[in-house]
Amino acid sequence: MHWLSQRFQFLFRSTKGLILVAIALVSLISAFFGMLSGPMADWGIKDVIVRAFNMNLVEAEREGRLIILYHSIAMIVVAIETYMITDLLKIKDNLRLLINSTITVGYWMVIFGGLPFAYWGHTWALHGLYIGGLSLIFFAGCALLVALWPWRAEHKVTDPQYAHTPKGFSLERIAFFVMALATLISALFGAIPGSNYGNGFQTMLAENVVREPVKSVLDLSVIGHLHIMLALIAVACALIIGRWMDFKGILHKLAMPLMIVGSFVLAMGTWLVVPFETAAHFVIYGGSTLAMLGALFLVIFSWDKLIRTGLAEKGLKKGNFTQGLAALLRDPLKFGATWQMVFMNFCVSGVGIFVAVKLDKIFRVWQFTDERSILTGHWHVLATLTATILLMYYADFAGLKGKARQWFGWLLIIFSDLAFGAVTIYEMRRLISAESIQQPLVNTTTVLGDIGLGIVLLILAALMVWRLIDLFKKKGRWAQEVDQNLETFDEVKS
Amino acid sequence: MKRTLLALTSLMMLLAACQPADLNAPAPVFETGADSEAWAEIPAGEFFHGQFDEQASIDYDYEMMVFDVTNAQYAAFLNAAVADGSATVEQNQVTGYYAGEPFDGGRHEEEINAGKTIYIPLNDSALRLDFDGTTFSAKTEWADHPMTMVSWFGAKAYCEYYGWRLPTEMEWEKAARGTDNRPFPWGEVIARNNANYYFSRDPFEDMNAYGSRTTPVGFYNGKTYAGYQTLDSASPYGLYDMAGNVWQWTADDYPLTHYRYMRGGGSNSYENNLRIWSRNSAAPGFYGPALGFRCARP
Repeated sequence: MHWLSQRFQFLFRSTKGLILVAIALVSLISAFFGMLSGPMADWGIKDVIVRAFNMNLVEAEREGRLIILYHSIAMIVVAIETYMITDLLKIKDNLRLLINSTITVGYWMVIFGGLPFAYWGHTWALHGLYIGGLSLIFFAGCALLVALWPWRAEHKVTDPQYAHTPKGFSLERIAFFVMALATLISALFGAIPGSNYGNGFQTMLAENVVREPVKSVLDLSVIGHLHIMLALIAVACALIIGRWMDFKGILHKLAMPLMIVGSFVLAMGTWLVVPFETAAHFVIYGGSTLAMLGALFLVIFSWDKLIRTGLAEKGLKKGNFTQGLAALLRDPLKFGATWQMVFMNFCVSGVGIFVAVKLDKIFRVWQFTDERSILTGHWHVLATLTATILLMYYADFAGLKGKARQWFGWLLIIFSDLAFGAVTIYEMRRLISAESIQQPLVNTTTVLGDIGLGIVLLILAALMVWRLIDLFKKKGRWAQEVDQNLETFDEVKS
Repeated sequence: MKRTLLALTSLMMLLAACQPADLNAPAPVFETGADSEAWAEIPAGEFFHGQFDEQASIDYDYEMMVFDVTNAQYAAFLNAAVADGSATVEQNQVTGYYAGEPFDGGRHEEEINAGKTIYIPLNDSALRLDFDGTTFSAKTEWADHPMTMVSWFGAKAYCEYYGWRLPTEMEWEKAARGTDNRPFPWGEVIARNNANYYFSRDPFEDMNAYGSRTTPVGFYNGKTYAGYQTLDSASPYGLYDMAGNVWQWTADDYPLTHYRYMRGGGSNSYENNLRIWSRNSAAPGFYGPALGFRCARP
């Protein structure tokens, strides 16, 4: 009993344990439900899974199922980011406990209520559990806002290298606060119209209605909700990585105001989609440009720091190009976290901008299903790419060192980017191949994408198995981590 | 050695991707027994529309073709239309006059003015017709497959040439669904031998080479073809191929846009696109290898 109690203490009371449980769950869910679509369905694996697990997939409810699945995965990621934020920033212990326990119960209710409801027939109590879970997560978000309130004297910046207001309040904390506030409002932005139309049962996927000349309030709200929630999860991720990298100095002072204004303007743009669809797009472009510029400063800072510390480890103050490159690449986890932000520009932001600029000239000339392929690929890549960044951070504080760190980091970078690149070519295939002759290209990109994602899932599984084995050791890593916080750098008085 | 093998395999895969699919790969020929001239009567009445089963009604009887228009039928139309001047062969296209449409000033709306519009391209190797300079004919093994690579203008011209018209979306939906709320024309669930869709493993498909191609009209009628057992997949009113094989053009021109909507899903569609309420759309001049049509008449 004591054995169990100790493990429970680690898994459900410590930050690192909570994150481990959440990553394990999201990995299992992604791997399992990933077998129901795409190539896995093509190869007949879906049929086997549906029969073996006695699933009940009603055709008219496909969109509803997917929405519950997406929300289940997203809520786990939101929980992971929340655990990180409550540990990385100075927050009162009682509030941290409240937030972490509420969001943990919340996301467990979401996945263990929502997924059985969606895939195994409709027990309405399970739907209630799902909605209850979402509500708890919202409540945890409200508590996080209270905890993050940046205008308290105890949160004033003491180290002038960190961005701050003239009165000394931390701009980074304000950025976290604005991101959290925007996330909560944006959650309502999806929840209220979703509930209003058909009591939540008129489900649709945003990518299915983009060509409708007249969109309903529900259509516009869902489109806005999808975009802003993913964008804000990415903003939160960038801010978290900034804490990990001890982002500071002039670039920090430039980036934080951009993150604050960018998050707010971006969110406002998506909320404005409902009343002013055309104008809202320009607001969104403005907001996302600012936030992305903030992320660029983080990348520059991080790479500069990696190079400087790498050279310093070798006793060099300055190095040539090769030495600098070797220093930059010596730690794939720290390099990879920000490299993925750069890579995102090729397969997410770049694609998005290109499609927006050439929409009428190219993409609206195609049939809708080809345009939809881009939209679906676009946000799948953004979501997964953000997850890989968080995974690199986790692998770092989970204690991966030496060769294991090198292998894990480089395999994650190379194979996730292989998958993202392949998916990007697949989604844009009509630019280079007509529908009638596309099959070889489709086959190749599908295989490359599957190899990439397969390897990523395998190394993730290896990481999870390593941590699972550790749990059976009397004095494993877990025994140290149970009392550990994430490594952070104090920019404020404690 | 292992690294070399891996690199070579990767290179071969990439090279394979550069090779387009062989459009002239042979296709099996099966006798389906389909009568391409057959029509089905759809009675006036209420029906469920869309994914969320909204009540809708059509207050007149009408008829729709039991099968999609075939390559052979379209070739015959082109020969007649070119001969009497209602269609013209020019610059590797068959074209015809269209009266244009009102412009509503909608976002992304393209103007469609009066003038010549494309029916089919003649220089696209995905076309299953031959043209010797004077006469059109269907490629032998594709004669009873649905006509593809045809624009909305070309589909409309075909129907109107014989005094018919394209079905509206509502007419199409009622013909496919009948009066209950089934998601597929034949019922609640889809099996691979119900319809021709992406990875449905029909005898015309090779996903390692040319991908999913069309099947002859009415192929999914319960017969067995060279060991391949199909399920009888007619709609409640007896229409075949209302899900899969080719997307089908419908008639409606909605305000603020000139997209034309297609229904039914095609050979390159995943099965969820074969659900009765699923829609695809494109400008009326668009054509594709998994896009065809059938006509309606009062």
